[in-house]
Amino acid sequence: MTLEFIGISVLWLFLFGYIMIGSIDFGAGFFNAYGTFTGKQHILNKIIQRYLSPVWEITNVFLVFFFVGIVGFFPQTAYYYGTTLLVPASIAIILLAIRGAYYAFTTYGGLDKRFTYIYGLAGLIIPASLSIVLTISEGGFVAIEESGPVLDYWGLFTSPLTWSIVVLSLTAVLYISAVFLTWYANLAKDEPATNLLRKYALFWALPSIVTATGIIIELRTHNFLHYQRLIDVWWMFGVSFILFLGTVFLILKRRSYGLAFILLIGQFLLAFFGYGVSHYPYLLYPYLTIYDSFTNKAMAIALIFAFIAGLALLIPSLILVLKLFVFNKEYVQGKRNDHA
Amino acid sequence: MSNSESVFFSRVLTELTLSFHIIYATIGVGIPLMIMIAQWVGIKKQDKHYILLARRWTRGFVITVAVGVVTGTAIGLQLSLLWPNFMSLAGNVIALPLFMETFAFFLEAIFLGIYLYTWDRFENQKKHLLLLIPVAIGASFSAVFITIVNAFMNAPRGFDIENGQLVNIDPLLSMFNPAMPSKVSHVLATSYMTSAFVLASIGAFRLLKGSDHIYHKKGLYLMMKLGLIFSIASALIGDFSGKYLAEHQPVKLAAAEWHFETKTGAPILMFGILDDGEVKYAIKVPYGLSYLSHSDLDAEVIGLNEFPEDEWPPLYIHYLFDSMVMIGMWMVLLSLMYVLGLWRKWRFVMSKTYKWLIVLGGPLSIIAIEAGWWLTEVGRQPWVLRGIQRTEDAATTSGQVDTMLLLFAGLYLILGIGSAVVLIRMFRNNPVEQELADRTAEEEGVRL
Repeated sequence: MTLEFIGISVLWLFLFGYIMIGSIDFGAGFFNAYGTFTGKQHILNKIIQRYLSPVWEITNVFLVFFFVGIVGFFPQTAYYYGTTLLVPASIAIILLAIRGAYYAFTTYGGLDKRFTYIYGLAGLIIPASLSIVLTISEGGFVAIEESGPVLDYWGLFTSPLTWSIVVLSLTAVLYISAVFLTWYANLAKDEPATNLLRKYALFWALPSIVTATGIIIELRTHNFLHYQRLIDVWWMFGVSFILFLGTVFLILKRRSYGLAFILLIGQFLLAFFGYGVSHYPYLLYPYLTIYDSFTNKAMAIALIFAFIAGLALLIPSLILVLKLFVFNKEYVQGKRNDHA
Repeated sequence: MSNSESVFFSRVLTELTLSFHIIYATIGVGIPLMIMIAQWVGIKKQDKHYILLARRWTRGFVITVAVGVVTGTAIGLQLSLLWPNFMSLAGNVIALPLFMETFAFFLEAIFLGIYLYTWDRFENQKKHLLLLIPVAIGASFSAVFITIVNAFMNAPRGFDIENGQLVNIDPLLSMFNPAMPSKVSHVLATSYMTSAFVLASIGAFRLLKGSDHIYHKKGLYLMMKLGLIFSIASALIGDFSGKYLAEHQPVKLAAAEWHFETKTGAPILMFGILDDGEVKYAIKVPYGLSYLSHSDLDAEVIGLNEFPEDEWPPLYIHYLFDSMVMIGMWMVLLSLMYVLGLWRKWRFVMSKTYKWLIVLGGPLSIIAIEAGWWLTEVGRQPWVLRGIQRTEDAATTSGQVDTMLLLFAGLYLILGIGSAVVLIRMFRNNPVEQELADRTAEEEGVRL
């Protein structure tokens, strides 16, 4: 196994981590806003607040980790992506900033709850603006001119592939979030919340799987090489689909929501890595592969060491968080009031 | 938009983001230590007031952390968005400290969440104190690693250059570069100092505005003592930084001191203005610069004229240098008089005027932080990577930087006003008297 491969796998794993916990976070914000809009806020509010409060900061770190890691392992990505992504990434940063700050302001500072709507909507636009990176990486939207890489905005915004990926990111966010929160509400023995979230989960299951399949078909015309490589690992998507059916079945039958969520993680993990493996070795088709952009060997080894040492510190800490909050029965059920 | 405009707007946007972020980042580094000390003093003295100090500071701290985190994320991404050529060149070398910074940040984020939500979970306050240690360590180490990156940009080493690429990289050698020890220690000491004076300033303000509670007096005294220690430390380390500059970056020191001709026994200039290359109205301290540079009154100090003019930093950095040093000295004096005064029972330190001076001390310290960073960053111009890459070659070629600048300026305005409003309301709506009464009532089992 090459260092390049280890590097991209580590980063891909962290991106996956961000997508999962970020989705829960973004989706929760949206359901909260939607609940306020339909007058059902009292049902969901407590559950969502109890989950998010101790972990909102951690979610953000996963993102920082990914983008620091990618320029660390693959400095050339800064040249290509840094130049082309100025506008979409800046918009994403601004939305993330408003969203993160106002979460803290409303939760700890008692700021007006009117911001619930902004918060909910920002949570949907962020995944959309970030997912544009995935579209760009397929190639066809970046031209290399004398001054440097230039992004073709018109081409990007009129491409069906862009919009399919945006829709996928939205539906996936809502689906992942709803499944997790159903389980979490059930742990909290909060029946009305469980029922409501279960409905959301079932509602978003179909659109998310339909758009995911649609993208595979669109790649056939957009980037045939990638499409072929996707077909080569068809079994990963097959197993992923079976896991998806398992999740939906369990939620329909109101059984073992915990297992349903684990199956969902498996489903997305397989699909995400299937997509990643088939994209290999390109970071930006056809200009940038993981080989020509890789950092020097000494730095790569140092980064991998730092990564291992960092994980040795983080994993026990994260387990502690899960034990104290997410999996602490009394906390989840709201029987503890440890003040903030 | 032409390329030189991109460079200009990229510089303005980076400066704006960093200047805004630094306010929250400095507090973010220092306050966890102050919270930890208050909690520890509270346990040692069995004094509830200190524990309450820790608790109330933490609540305010969360708001500043939130702004610090989001603006920190912004600058992290802007590095690649605005300076892609710099990152693709130097990313090979600075990746390790950047990466380690995210780990430190991670550690802080995890334990701050735990600390906040376990206030009343542990009977034993010592256990709760233990949770603060990783928060404070994480906060300080983020500053250490990120300052290492900045030190590297001032004193790049640990690589060879072949065909415009950095090769044969030694990650550790580049991290432990000559600028690193003085920079890191100065950043830490001034962050602790600023945080202590900001907290002191809040305490003094409450005392002036009606509350006469012993709680505020204890907090104020503790913070002035810590502020004194850290401001003296900052001044001493500042002196090392001067010596570092004289040896490794003489052009920055010469520009900051308007020192044109190489001289032995060089004087230091305070204040003054520069008019057509003539220094006017400055106070000269004979031999000062030689002493600052080499601890030797007769030492030779290299002047600006030894360097090609297109490598000179802008000469206005002298004003920044003056502001930083003057505020630092003033804060040492102010806290020293206060601590001595309380001990010797001097009347004037109890006066309203003196308390107003302390109130002013917090914002002044923050101004000194800003001035210091502008000095160090502008003083490095025209280089982004000193001696290797010029700033104009590092910037993005994108034509939309001016629009982004407007967007981000709007964002910082909203965040700045939002955080101030929230912080003020938070403490005004729940004064310490109220909280003490509530807690006593709760402990006695009387539910309100």
